[in-house]
Amino acid sequence: MRTTFILNGRHIEVDADADSKLLWLLRDQLKLTGTKYSCGLAQCGACTVHLDGNPVRSCVVPVSSLKDKEVLTIEGLSNGELHPVQKAWIEEQVPQCGYCQSGQIMQAAALLEVNKNPSREEICSHMDGVLCRCGAYTRIVTAIQTASKIMEDE
Amino acid sequence: MNNPNSNSRISRRSFLGRAAGFTFILATGVVVPNIGDKNNDQKKGKELSIWVHLAPDGRVRIYNPSAEMGQGSMTACAVLIAEEMNVDWKDVIIESSPVDPENYGLQWGGQLGGPMMTVGSRTVRGYFNALREAGARANYVLRYSASRIWGVPTGRVSTEMSKAIHSDSGKTITFGELSGKIALPTNLDNIKVPLKDNEDFTLIGKDIPRYDIPGKVTGEAQYAMDIFLPEMLYGVMQRAPVNKGRPVLNNKEEVLKGHGVVDVLVMDYGVGVVADSTETALKAKARLDISWSDAESSDYDSILAYQEYERLAKSDQKGRSISSKGNVLRAFETATEAMVCEYKNDFAYHAQMEPLNAVISVSPDGKRAEAWVGSQSPDNARRTIANVLGIDFYDVNYHVCYLGGGFGRRSMSDYVEEATILANHIRKPLKFIWTREDDVGYGAFRPISLQRMEAAIGGNGNIMGWKHIIAGTGGGLLASGAEISYYDIPTQLIEVRSIDHGVRTKHWRSVGHGPNKFAIESFLDEIAYAQKEDPYLLRRKLMHKSPRELAVLDKVAEMADWGNNSSNGRAKGIAFAERSGALTAAVGEISLDSSTGRIKVHRFWVVMDAGLVVQPNNAIAQLEGGINFGLSNVLHESITFKSGQVQQSNFHDYRLLRISEAPESIECFIMPSAEEPAGVGEASTPIVGGAIANAFLKLTGKPLRHMPFTAEKVKEVLDQSM
Ligand code: FES
Ligand code: FES
Repeated sequence: MRTTFILNGRHIEVDADADSKLLWLLRDQLKLTGTKYSCGLAQCGACTVHLDGNPVRSCVVPVSSLKDKEVLTIEGLSNGELHPVQKAWIEEQVPQCGYCQSGQIMQAAALLEVNKNPSREEICSHMDGVLCRCGAYTRIVTAIQTASKIMEDE
Repeated sequence: MNNPNSNSRISRRSFLGRAAGFTFILATGVVVPNIGDKNNDQKKGKELSIWVHLAPDGRVRIYNPSAEMGQGSMTACAVLIAEEMNVDWKDVIIESSPVDPENYGLQWGGQLGGPMMTVGSRTVRGYFNALREAGARANYVLRYSASRIWGVPTGRVSTEMSKAIHSDSGKTITFGELSGKIALPTNLDNIKVPLKDNEDFTLIGKDIPRYDIPGKVTGEAQYAMDIFLPEMLYGVMQRAPVNKGRPVLNNKEEVLKGHGVVDVLVMDYGVGVVADSTETALKAKARLDISWSDAESSDYDSILAYQEYERLAKSDQKGRSISSKGNVLRAFETATEAMVCEYKNDFAYHAQMEPLNAVISVSPDGKRAEAWVGSQSPDNARRTIANVLGIDFYDVNYHVCYLGGGFGRRSMSDYVEEATILANHIRKPLKFIWTREDDVGYGAFRPISLQRMEAAIGGNGNIMGWKHIIAGTGGGLLASGAEISYYDIPTQLIEVRSIDHGVRTKHWRSVGHGPNKFAIESFLDEIAYAQKEDPYLLRRKLMHKSPRELAVLDKVAEMADWGNNSSNGRAKGIAFAERSGALTAAVGEISLDSSTGRIKVHRFWVVMDAGLVVQPNNAIAQLEGGINFGLSNVLHESITFKSGQVQQSNFHDYRLLRISEAPESIECFIMPSAEEPAGVGEASTPIVGGAIANAFLKLTGKPLRHMPFTAEKVKEVLDQSM
């Protein structure tokens, strides 16, 4: 099927099977490889992108549901300048292997959109769907708090 | 990362003179070219050595021989060279070295020229002297070159921040300016270059931000999974549900008719599918109708197997001796009391977030190949490709990629071999991926084991004899971490007895240390509990001849305020472990929801003595990550086999720790030390089992003896009457 949607601020038209998943459309067709495959079952969050501003697991979002929606991926998050979450991630030296981090960052950025100053509990409950095998959780919490401060100052 | 591998033959010929692990290139121009990018201009500048390239603009490329899988050694290796070379860190660019073990590999003793393996936390400690020496030699060449230009003795030229300085006149020249004027002393191989004293370090021991992190926050960092080639096809494979089962494919024609399917290949232990996209390949895979033969492990049941391991551990069958000290038999005969406990641990899966994959392109005549792989053993991976194709190692143009986690799994090349077979079959560029289900179902796991611990207690309450029998499936992997030389126990017998059940096992972050330290540290606490002794004081007493270990233990007790018991239904547990030369002690604080059996971990305190630490902030990240990794394993992770088949398939039934379950704080302290560096990447993982079990014993008076401590199992323990 052909469908149109907005990807990182630009209108695009794609041709894909209706049951094809957004993750593979992004990666295989559009070559936006920042969004990662890890479980394909909405269990790990490595494939997290924003759909109309909400964090979703792109591995289970069918292309047929995208019509006229807005998709934001890690490639579209920074706008010339790094997003405060990305700055905080560097400041706190969060990533280890890095494979989960696009998903972590997209999930965190969505939190700070709706909650400028989240508590530790709010951070944990919002971030709970995104696994980090390297165990960078300790720094993820700190970095979200740092990002919240950076946003305040900006 | 750039990948200077296809012309390795040419570059190898250009390396002349080899001494002290340092090879100079006398040829000018491109010696280690960037072949990965065909459009890339030939590099201008000068190879100062196989480790360093100096460009006219002053940029210094440093070649990293290790696999970067999150542990940060790519930065640490470059720091070692840059430190001795006196390069301004701003000027440093880090690239992967060629996969050329003769020059860039590492022997276990720390000399160059061994396998290129990033395993066992060995990179920094292994390369420490060789890379510093490489940096110092490059520095010498720069000073010598400046001295020729100025006509002054080399001894009067010093360097700092990417500049050479003539001490007498104050004249300076930048390294970039020197790049076109490099002069090599004829007797270079014999010149002794001094290394810096520790107090002169400007990079080692300081917090240099990790080089790989910026690319990992923008999504630009490239894993093999992210490589796309023109006309690339996609491959997947259905593997035997029971290890070594052989396939008979019943519907090849039908699968071949599927939309987008290019080819189907029946292989030794599976069936490969090639298609025009990942999704079409996966759909075709789901349609395969395969009959599998039985195999050796067809009747293996890992839960039932514990009975067999227990019988073996109790028997007098001799296994492989790990340690034998004094007359243990006599110690038990004369003991006033003997204690026996058995500890168990299930198989564990690596669960690296990037499933295994490789991109391989075989030339139409089958005589050359190009490959993109994330591997902990890149030379083995490259050799595997060459062997499958029957071609020379150097006819494989090999590109090193970031690893989305390794933890031991990526030191095997099984996925590379499969990818090559399939790529050779189609002779087109192929991206070959394992799904998460493949990665779990055909995993190579940390061994299952049962550990029978016995202690002979003398009249004075001291432990006089120690028996530790490890029975399980995993051969030599069961052994590491069983030795306890730092505990002064006069008689000891430690032994491994393994039964091969035909299932796949492999090193897993800290290998046998996880299960063995869990058993040792839990047993010590059970002894202390029975003797009504404080478990920290018991360890202090046992460590009286090991001052370095004792200092680490004391420090963690102080940080965790050990003397003051936790309140609010919490309790603390202490444990100690040594791994890859690092000495680490930890205290964990937990509480318990006794209605569900759920353990909540609140805090951890960790102290490590790893000698001189090159990247302290990164070492702390490794300690934190290692605690969370350990907790994940200790609280949740279990692979079980029934009829030889793995019972788990993805993250819904192989649970990993989530952020809400991570401790609120992990306070780390690194002991200041000038000793040789030890390995950091696995140091904290094996302590967690003991620390949690010991906190639980303190809290409830009941021991936890079977990892993982799932809520279900904890509930069972709580419901048992003592
Ligand atoms: S890949 Fe989508 S949640 Fe794991
Ligand atoms: S950084 Fe490796 S999985 Fe999160």
